Amino acid sequence: MHLDQVDLEILYRVSAVNAPKGAPQIKGQLEDIGFLPGEQVAVLRKGLLGKGPYMVRVGASTFALRQAEARMITVDAIPHV
Amino acid sequence: MSESKVHFFSNEPLVALLGNPNCGKTALFNLLTGSRQKVANYSGVTVERKEGRLSLESGKNIRILDLPGAYSLYPRSLDERVTCNVLLGRAEGEKRPDLVICVLSAMNLRRNLRLVLAAKRLGLPCIVVLNMLDIAKRQGLHIDTAALSSELGLPVLTSIGIQSNGADEIKQFLSNLDWRNLNGLRTGTSDATLENVASHIAHTESDNIQVQKILQNLNLDQIIPDQLSDRLDAVLLHPVFGPIILVALLFCIFQAVFSWATVPMDLIKSAVDFLGAQIVEVLPNGWIRSLLINGILAGLGGVVIFLPQILILFFFILLLEESGYLPRAAYLLDRVMGSVGLSGRSFIPLLSSFACAIPGIMATRSISNARDRMVTILIAPMMTCSARLPVYALLISAFIPEQKLWAGIDLQGLVLFLLYLAGILGAMAVAWILKRFTSEQFRMNALMMELPSYHLPRLGNLAISLWQRAEIFLRRVGGIILLMTIGLWVLSSFPFPLEGATGSPIQYSFAGMMGQALAHVFSPIGFNWQISIALVPGMAAREVVVSSLATVYALSSSSVDAADALIPLISNGWSLATALSLLAWFVFAPQCLSTIAAVKRETGGWKIPIIMLSYLFGLAYIASFITYHLAIYLGLG
Repeated sequence: MHLDQVDLEILYRVSAVNAPKGAPQIKGQLEDIGFLPGEQVAVLRKGLLGKGPYMVRVGASTFALRQAEARMITVDAIPHV
Repeated sequence: MSESKVHFFSNEPLVALLGNPNCGKTALFNLLTGSRQKVANYSGVTVERKEGRLSLESGKNIRILDLPGAYSLYPRSLDERVTCNVLLGRAEGEKRPDLVICVLSAMNLRRNLRLVLAAKRLGLPCIVVLNMLDIAKRQGLHIDTAALSSELGLPVLTSIGIQSNGADEIKQFLSNLDWRNLNGLRTGTSDATLENVASHIAHTESDNIQVQKILQNLNLDQIIPDQLSDRLDAVLLHPVFGPIILVALLFCIFQAVFSWATVPMDLIKSAVDFLGAQIVEVLPNGWIRSLLINGILAGLGGVVIFLPQILILFFFILLLEESGYLPRAAYLLDRVMGSVGLSGRSFIPLLSSFACAIPGIMATRSISNARDRMVTILIAPMMTCSARLPVYALLISAFIPEQKLWAGIDLQGLVLFLLYLAGILGAMAVAWILKRFTSEQFRMNALMMELPSYHLPRLGNLAISLWQRAEIFLRRVGGIILLMTIGLWVLSSFPFPLEGATGSPIQYSFAGMMGQALAHVFSPIGFNWQISIALVPGMAAREVVVSSLATVYALSSSSVDAADALIPLISNGWSLATALSLLAWFVFAPQCLSTIAAVKRETGGWKIPIIMLSYLFGLAYIASFITYHLAIYLGLG
């Protein structure tokens, strides 16, 4: 599942970041700001009509991402304890 | 602000503050150095360099350098490149720091700790400072500093960036430090090299695992969200109310710029009048008196009077920045910016351009997409910089009646708002056109912008930043503006008119001749020769136009008081159509020489500045032409 498809305010775990062919540097940028495998992530807010930008909480910080950037991040559901 | 050139004390130890953006590093820097700061640029690049001095209890002085915030030590933007170069001792004209203080936000240890691990690899002596400990405690986060210290193998101090004694522990530590032998704080090997792509990827992975382990050992592996920020965001970032609040806020700011500034502006005006009267009493009538009153006093007085407005605008920008609202405004505007091919990231440089295009153009360095950065630089000068405020303020006071419209909104403030809006719409149109010319593959623009927690801004920090702005403005007044003013006075005073000449003396001077020649170019858009003269030195700095008009008019009338009365002079002398046309000119007119120089330096060549000059000149001429003829058609001529 990609981060642009998840439900709001539900915690997921990052499993991978895939950059598009044209812009490989974006993977590193996303990793630098905290989108690393295992990190907790939740989409807190979307723009009007569910489009971007998204307000995403990763770890303890909050970032604004565009839809295209959110799509690069693959996430897994966190199993209920 | 102490004017001491801290650079010259090169034998004093240099301590660099390193940290993620938004970790409270600058507040801590202010606490450590107080007002003993010097703001300049790093050599060769327009990245702001902040250095300050700290006198330790032991009597020793040290230099503290506030490095640009970085997420990693693998440079992705110009800002981060400077940080890396300084740490590696590769920055031109910089000494390699003797000690690095890694500032961590206690609220975001995970990301911040990765930077500490990267810094340790550099082989520089390091200490760690846990900042924002007060917020962490309030939210129930207990960090065992002793345990963290043994995990990292480095001393860990704590600080509270928003308390006046919040940095005492750091001061104490630095005071007790043996500066001759810092090897105990050095953990890595000292083969300092810049990370390459492969090593950075490997380090990211291993650092991540190590940080996870540290956090687990410290029992800090849970995330506590900042609930206050989340509650505020529910309103401020609401898809409907958010944008409404933003527009209302910006509107109030512009109203305040005009209404709050009246009292200090009147004070400055009376002071200038008083000085003029003193000079008249002391000096005999002659060219020295003319230079002092008509040249220098009229010129500089006409510019300094706008300092209050500039400071009020900066005050609000700094307030929004400190509180954490500014990136949220960018978030709200991302969609709009996206429609013209930019991202929300361009918003902050563009907003800074309202104060001055130069810091705005400098702020574009945080935009990682090269194409976005170029477009942002090209349109930045269309944001109404504070240097244009004097011109707007003069024309609005002279031609727009002081009148209350509905709901307490005043007409003058409304016109000012419309002028700002015209610049914004013009900029968006240009960006939209440029988007048409960009091929699809360059359009991948990233937002990836941090939305920090909200903070109550601290007055001390605001005061320091505001003072730095005022200093830069006054330095310009004392430097380039003074020079231009004197130059223009010379041009407008010599040669003297021939015996028996009938017009005012300035018409026979060099400036008069130039103005009359330029008037041919500008008469289709309604500018008279006085305006045409003033536009020439206005290229040096826009606010000079006001001082030039003051000088031109002071000299073209016989009375000494003319300098004090520019407003009635032009409101009687110009038609409303001319005034509106000049306003339209200034919305788009080519920017000052310093902006062009900044663009050249930032883009590394003459191509972009020349494109910028020509398109802005064309746009300004067309806008003024349409405005002038429309106004005449409507009977305002």
